[in-house]
Amino acid sequence: MKPQWQILVVDDEEIMCESLAAWLREDGYLVDTASSGREAVELAKKTDYAIYFIDLKMPGGMDGIDTLMEIRRLHPDASIIIITAYATVDTAITAIKEGAQEYIVKPCNPEEISLLVSRIIKVKRLQRENLILRKKLQRRYQFHDIICKSPRMLEVLELAREVSSLRSTVLIRGESGTGKELVARAIHFSGSRAQKPFIAVSCAALAETLLESELFGYEKGAFTGAAERKKGKFELADGGTIFLDEIGDIGPKLQADLLRVLQERSFYRIGGTGEIQVDVRVIAATHKDLRALADEGRFREDLFYRLNVIEIFIPPLRERREDIPLLAEHFVERISHELGKPVEDIAQDAMRLLMDHSWPGNVRELENAIERAIVSCRGRTLTADDFSFLRNNGAAKIQIPDNLTLAEMEKLMIEATLRRTGGNVKEAAASLGIDRSTLYEKLKRYGIER
Amino acid sequence: MIVLGLFELQTPHDPALPPGVIPAMAAALESCLPVRVAGLKPLLAPEEAFDAKRGQWSAPALLEDVLASLPDGIPKALGVTASDLFIPMLSFVYGQAQLKGRAGVVSVARLRQEYYGLPPNDALLLERARKEAVHEAGHLLGLVHCSSPGCVMRLSVQVGQIDLKGEAPCPACAARLREGTA
Repeated sequence: MKPQWQILVVDDEEIMCESLAAWLREDGYLVDTASSGREAVELAKKTDYAIYFIDLKMPGGMDGIDTLMEIRRLHPDASIIIITAYATVDTAITAIKEGAQEYIVKPCNPEEISLLVSRIIKVKRLQRENLILRKKLQRRYQFHDIICKSPRMLEVLELAREVSSLRSTVLIRGESGTGKELVARAIHFSGSRAQKPFIAVSCAALAETLLESELFGYEKGAFTGAAERKKGKFELADGGTIFLDEIGDIGPKLQADLLRVLQERSFYRIGGTGEIQVDVRVIAATHKDLRALADEGRFREDLFYRLNVIEIFIPPLRERREDIPLLAEHFVERISHELGKPVEDIAQDAMRLLMDHSWPGNVRELENAIERAIVSCRGRTLTADDFSFLRNNGAAKIQIPDNLTLAEMEKLMIEATLRRTGGNVKEAAASLGIDRSTLYEKLKRYGIER
Repeated sequence: MIVLGLFELQTPHDPALPPGVIPAMAAALESCLPVRVAGLKPLLAPEEAFDAKRGQWSAPALLEDVLASLPDGIPKALGVTASDLFIPMLSFVYGQAQLKGRAGVVSVARLRQEYYGLPPNDALLLERARKEAVHEAGHLLGLVHCSSPGCVMRLSVQVGQIDLKGEAPCPACAARLREGTA
């Protein structure tokens, strides 16, 4: 069954109105007719039609163009088709200038009108889908979807909510897996930019030159392989928000470029000569101490102050243990539904284990642990046995030589995990309880090849 | 089972309907739709329905005429003409019917190969005539256009599109007729 799109046909000739309406009804549309411009406007006040067919010449002091203008005032996005028996260039130009989507001369070929209607309806359907998806996305990333009850997290959310309506740059700090991107999305989708793009970029995942072309785009021929002009993330985020994750990992050249964007709100594509102006809100995130990096001279101080206009610190999970039961229950409900396994509860001994664990990978590690437990669980309740992997944590498999530094130990652990996952970074990151961008950054730092 | 009247709509300016069209349509209607066909006497189209400037017959005016001449006991009827039909907005129509209504008209003028300067092909003409009759009768029973490629209720705006579709409603349209949800 076709969706019931509504169409209004406006013509002072009854036979013209009724016959076109009958033809469109055969196509499954709900069609109303009006014999004058005034009647059409009255109907348009009550119903937002998908398409309006309006005859150009109508008596009674309100012709097709007047009717078009009045309907356009009521419904700015209306699709209006002007019909005429006597086509002239002047009337066609006037109709299009006043906002008619199409101008057709009657009688027209059935194929022409059928294609025209189906093309407009296709666009309307996409617009409607887009609206629904945007609303879904907005609902998904609202503050009330961030699960917590600890006073520290509630304070974080209160601050984030306050800044959502501002344009100021935000710096979100927190360990890997604490939900920095989730907070950034909630800020974007709760503010006035919600209808515009949210573009996330992981600065640790790409080499500096690649990251530069990702952020600023490039002109055709700017470098070998630049076969076409490409827009960068800043251009794509125009009007919306760009989320720069792991900002502490960018090199000096990019730090200087970013500073310029933050100061001037403009940049150049690589190989380009034209300055591009953008209106982008920047939300940056890092697990590093940028102030310390700035003191050591490894991060530009002026960029740090530009980014740190509003600072939000997300505490690690081990410092807000009261959130663990809430989060665990939320993940059980969501993941069991996604996996189609009827797991409903967490036993007391399992919950004690979760409360006692240190969660170095924070909320992401907890989420992964719940998923792993649900996969292996045989009943409807998760027990301590389903979380036995938390006790082992794979540490026994690594032989620890003497006189090892913490960094060397971390390198060994990453190498062992990558060997186990066959070089799969996504899987290794999940197993280590860190996100992919953090793992990429560590691979780069330790010179580990996959 | 609904009784569907079927008759020739004769027009003064054009040749009569080719022989075999009405029986072929009747057979297709009864095999593809839940209807019993009742053959009715031919009807002479009123002169006012002819548009001399266009050289075509007005489908809405003919529909009015079919409605006015429906005999008692015939709830729905389909008139078939050899003449070319139009509605004011469009340059031609293969047929028109009131959606879930009482009257419909079908033209075979553009179903003939000769219309396109090709040699006659009686078998192809009858095949197209059967499909168009079932299509318009489908509208009388409440079916709207269907996007399924083989369905007889798919909209055709070129004769080639009639040749591509089948003679019967697709399973979804057939179910709507069975369940009375069309």
